Amino acid sequence: MTGPAILLLLLGLGLISWIFGRAKANRFITSGSKNLNSLPNYHGWYTALWAIVPALIFVAIWSSISPALVTDMVLSDPAASQLSSDSFKRGAILSEARDIANNPGQKAFNPEATALAPLYVSAQSHYDIIGTLAVVLLCFAGAAFAFIRIRPDFRARKRVEQLVMIVLLMASLIAILATVGIVASLIFESARFFGMISPIDFFFGTEWNPKNTSVAGDGEDFGAVPLFWGTIFIGAIIAMAVAIPFGLMSAVYLTQYAKPKVRKWMKPILEILAGVPTVVYGYFAALTVAPALRDFAAWIGISNATSESALAAGVVMGVMIIPFVSSMADDSIAAVPSSMRDGSLAMGATKSETIKKVLIPAALPGVVGGILLAVSRAIGETMIVVMAAGLAANLTANPFASVTTVTTQIVQLLTGDSDFNSPKVLAAFALGLTLFVVTLLLNLVALHIVKKYREAYE
Amino acid sequence: MNNTASPAIETTAVGHRSTDWQGEAMQKRIAKRYAAERRFKYMGLAAVAISSLFLAFLLFVMIGNGLKGFIKTEVAVPIDFVSATGGASPDQLAGENAERNLNSLDIAGIVNTAIEIEYGTDGSEIFTENSWTDVRDALLSNPALITQNTSVWLTAKSELDRAAKDDSNEKYEALYAKLKDAGKVQSGFNWGFLTGSDGTDPARVGIWGAFKGSLITMLVTLSLAFPIGVLAAVYLEEYAPRNRATDFIEVSINNLAAVPSIIFGLLGLVVFLSWLDMSRSSALVGGLVLALMTMPVIVIAGRNSIKSVPPSIREAALGVGASPIQVVFHHVLPLALPGIMTGTIIGMARALGETAPLLMIGMRAFLTSPPQGITDPSTVLPVQIYLWSDEVNRGFVEKTSAAIIVLLLFLLTMNALAIYLRNRFETRW
Repeated sequence: MTGPAILLLLLGLGLISWIFGRAKANRFITSGSKNLNSLPNYHGWYTALWAIVPALIFVAIWSSISPALVTDMVLSDPAASQLSSDSFKRGAILSEARDIANNPGQKAFNPEATALAPLYVSAQSHYDIIGTLAVVLLCFAGAAFAFIRIRPDFRARKRVEQLVMIVLLMASLIAILATVGIVASLIFESARFFGMISPIDFFFGTEWNPKNTSVAGDGEDFGAVPLFWGTIFIGAIIAMAVAIPFGLMSAVYLTQYAKPKVRKWMKPILEILAGVPTVVYGYFAALTVAPALRDFAAWIGISNATSESALAAGVVMGVMIIPFVSSMADDSIAAVPSSMRDGSLAMGATKSETIKKVLIPAALPGVVGGILLAVSRAIGETMIVVMAAGLAANLTANPFASVTTVTTQIVQLLTGDSDFNSPKVLAAFALGLTLFVVTLLLNLVALHIVKKYREAYE
Repeated sequence: MNNTASPAIETTAVGHRSTDWQGEAMQKRIAKRYAAERRFKYMGLAAVAISSLFLAFLLFVMIGNGLKGFIKTEVAVPIDFVSATGGASPDQLAGENAERNLNSLDIAGIVNTAIEIEYGTDGSEIFTENSWTDVRDALLSNPALITQNTSVWLTAKSELDRAAKDDSNEKYEALYAKLKDAGKVQSGFNWGFLTGSDGTDPARVGIWGAFKGSLITMLVTLSLAFPIGVLAAVYLEEYAPRNRATDFIEVSINNLAAVPSIIFGLLGLVVFLSWLDMSRSSALVGGLVLALMTMPVIVIAGRNSIKSVPPSIREAALGVGASPIQVVFHHVLPLALPGIMTGTIIGMARALGETAPLLMIGMRAFLTSPPQGITDPSTVLPVQIYLWSDEVNRGFVEKTSAAIIVLLLFLLTMNALAIYLRNRFETRW
C-alpha cells in the first residue's frame, strides 16, 4: 500500500477507536455507577492515540528498512545470481529495475533490468502485504490495550496531556535542531575546505581567484581578504553612511517633532522600505542607481567608472536599512526617562539642543547596539550585492570601483555544478562559516549593549 | 562691546551671565539658537522626505517599466485555412483526438508559409519560430476557424514589441512604422504573461510557473512553520521551566531570527540535498528552508501575543478546574490567535520575497512549465525576477519590472490582510 493510503487507513481506524473509546466512557455515565475521572472525549483521544501513534512509528521504521529487505529478496532469487559482481554496476541495474517496477511501460536501458523488474514487483508486494498487516495488527492491538484500560477512575486526561506536552517540547526543540544543523553543516564542510587550503592563506591572503580544481594545496588563489574588505566597505561603511544619518534623523523627527497624524502616516511608509524584497532593491540598484552613478563618476572625471560599483550597492542597501536603524533609535530614545528631557527643556534648552545634548547621548548605547544589528544585517544581505556590486575581487577604497562581497562569492561559487569535493565549492562554506560567526558575534555584542543600557534606566 | 554706560551689558561681556533678554547680543544669540532649531527640524523633515521619495521613485521606475510588460504587440497574418489544410473539418479539432489531428495538419508549416507570402523576408524579423503556437491555441479553442479564410493576430517578436512601446533600433522602428501604416499591428493585454511560464523570447514569457512555484513553496512553509512555531511559543511562554535548557532554546530561536538568509540556503544545500538526498530545485526543500527561517518569527510574535493575554483569564480557567493544557488550548490560544496570525503573515511575506537561500538549493532552473507537485523542480517569483534581470535581451527589462509589480502587489495584499486582522480582531487588554 502506498504511504497516503496507509495514513488514510490509520486515520480511519483512529476515528473508529475514538468513537469506541468515547462510547465506552459514556456508558459509565449512563449506568451512573461512578463519576468519571476524565471527560469521555479524553477517553476517546486516549484510545485513538494508542491506535495511531505506535502504528505510525512502525510505518516510519518500516519504510526505511523495507527497501533493503526487498533488494535482499530480489538478490536471493536465482535470476539475480548471475548479475555482475561489480557493486556499482549492480546497483545501477537494481535501481533501474526498481524504476521499471514502479512505472510499468518505462523503457529499460539495461536488458537485465527488464528481467529483474517482475522480481521486484513480487518482492515489493510480498513485503507490502507483511507491512500492511503489521500496521493493522499494531493499530488494533494498541486500540484494544487502551480500550481495556478505560474505567471510570482511569485518568485519561492526564495521559493525553502528557503526550501533548511531549509534542510541545519537541516543537521547541526544532529550533535547536536547526541551529545544530547550521553549525554542523558549516563546520563539517569548512573542515574539509581547511584540509585542502590552509586557514592562514584563506584569512590573510589577498588574491581571490578560485579555480575549478580539485588539486589540494594551491592556497594562493583563496585569499579572502578582498572579500572581507568588500563586505565591510559596502555593508559597514557606505550603507551605514546612508542609513545612520537618515535613520537617526527620521527617528528624531518622527518622535520629537512630527504631529501625531504625520507620524501615523510616515512611520508605516518608512517601514515599507524594509518590506520590499531585496531582489527588487537589487534590480533597482542595477537598473537605475548604478548607471546613474557611473555617469556621475564619469562627469566628475573618474576614468575607470564601471556600472557595477560599490557605491550603488551600498547606497541602496543603506536605504533598505533606514527603517531598521530608525526603529532601533526610536526605541532607545523612547527609553530615556522623560525627567531628563523635561529637565533640559526647563533649563531653557531648545528642543534640538535637548535632543543633541541630552537625549542622543543618553540613548547612545541603545543606538550603537541598533547600528551593530544593522551592520550584521547589511553584511549578510545577498541579493543587492549579487545584482549590483560585481564579481571582481578588488582591494580598493574607491567607491566607484567594483568590489565583491562574501555573500556574492557564496552565490557565485555554489550556483554552478556542485562537486562537493573541489575546494572551489567548499570555499563557499568557509565563507559562510565566517559570515555566520561574525553576524553571531555582532548580534550578541549588540544585544548585550542594549540590555545593559535598558537596565541602566530601569 | 566694552561699553561701561550699561552695567547689564558689561556683565554680558565679562561673564556671559546676562539677564538682559532684550539686549542686542542676547537677541542675536537667541535668533541663532532658534535658527539652529529650525535647521535641525528641517534636517529631520528632509531625512523622512528623502527616504519616502526614494520609495516613491523606486515604485515609479518599476511601474513605469513594468506596465509595458503587461501589453503585447500583435501582427496580422491572413491565412486561408481551407486551402492550406485541404479542407479539414472542425469536428477533427474537437474531442480527445484534437491535439493529434492538429499536429498532423502541420500548422507550423501553414503559418510559416502564410507569413512568407504576406511579409516575405521581413517575416523572420516580425515573428519568432514559435509564433505559430498562437494559431494552434486559437484553433483548439475555436475549431470553426479551420473552415475560414481569415486573418489571425500573432504575437510579434520582442524587438518589434519594443519598437511599438518605446525605442528599439532603427530597423525595427522602420518596420513597425511600415506595419502601422498598413494597419497590421495592434496592442492588447498580455494574458500570456499571467498564464505562461519562463521562455527564451521575452515577448512570450509568463510568470504563472513561478507564481505557482511560490504558492506551493509557501504552502509547504506555512504548514510546517505555523504549527511548529505556535506550539514552540506555547511551550516557551506557558510551560517551560526556567532552567539552562530553556535558556538555550530561547537563545537558539533569537539567533535563528538574526542569521543571514543565505546561511539557511547553505544549511538546505548540505543537510537536505546532500545528506538527506532530497530532490534538488524542489518546492519541498525550498519550503523546508523557508520554514526554518520563518519559524523563529512566528515563535517571537506568538510569545508576545500569548504574553499579552492577561493572567486573570488563566486563573479563572484554573479556578473552575481546567488543566494547564486546557487553559492554554481552550482560552489563551484563541485569544492570542489574531496576534499570532498577524506575525505569521508578516513572516510569510518575508519568506515570499526571499531569494538567496533558494538560489543555494538550485531553484533557479529554466522551467517552461509550471510545477505539478512539491517534489517537481520549480522556481519562485523572486528567483524568476533575478533570472530575468540577468538576461541580456533588453526585452526582459519590462518583464522583470512587470514581475516585480506582481510580487509587490502580492506582498501588499498579504500585509493589508495582516493589518486588517490586527485591527479587526486584536483585543487591547
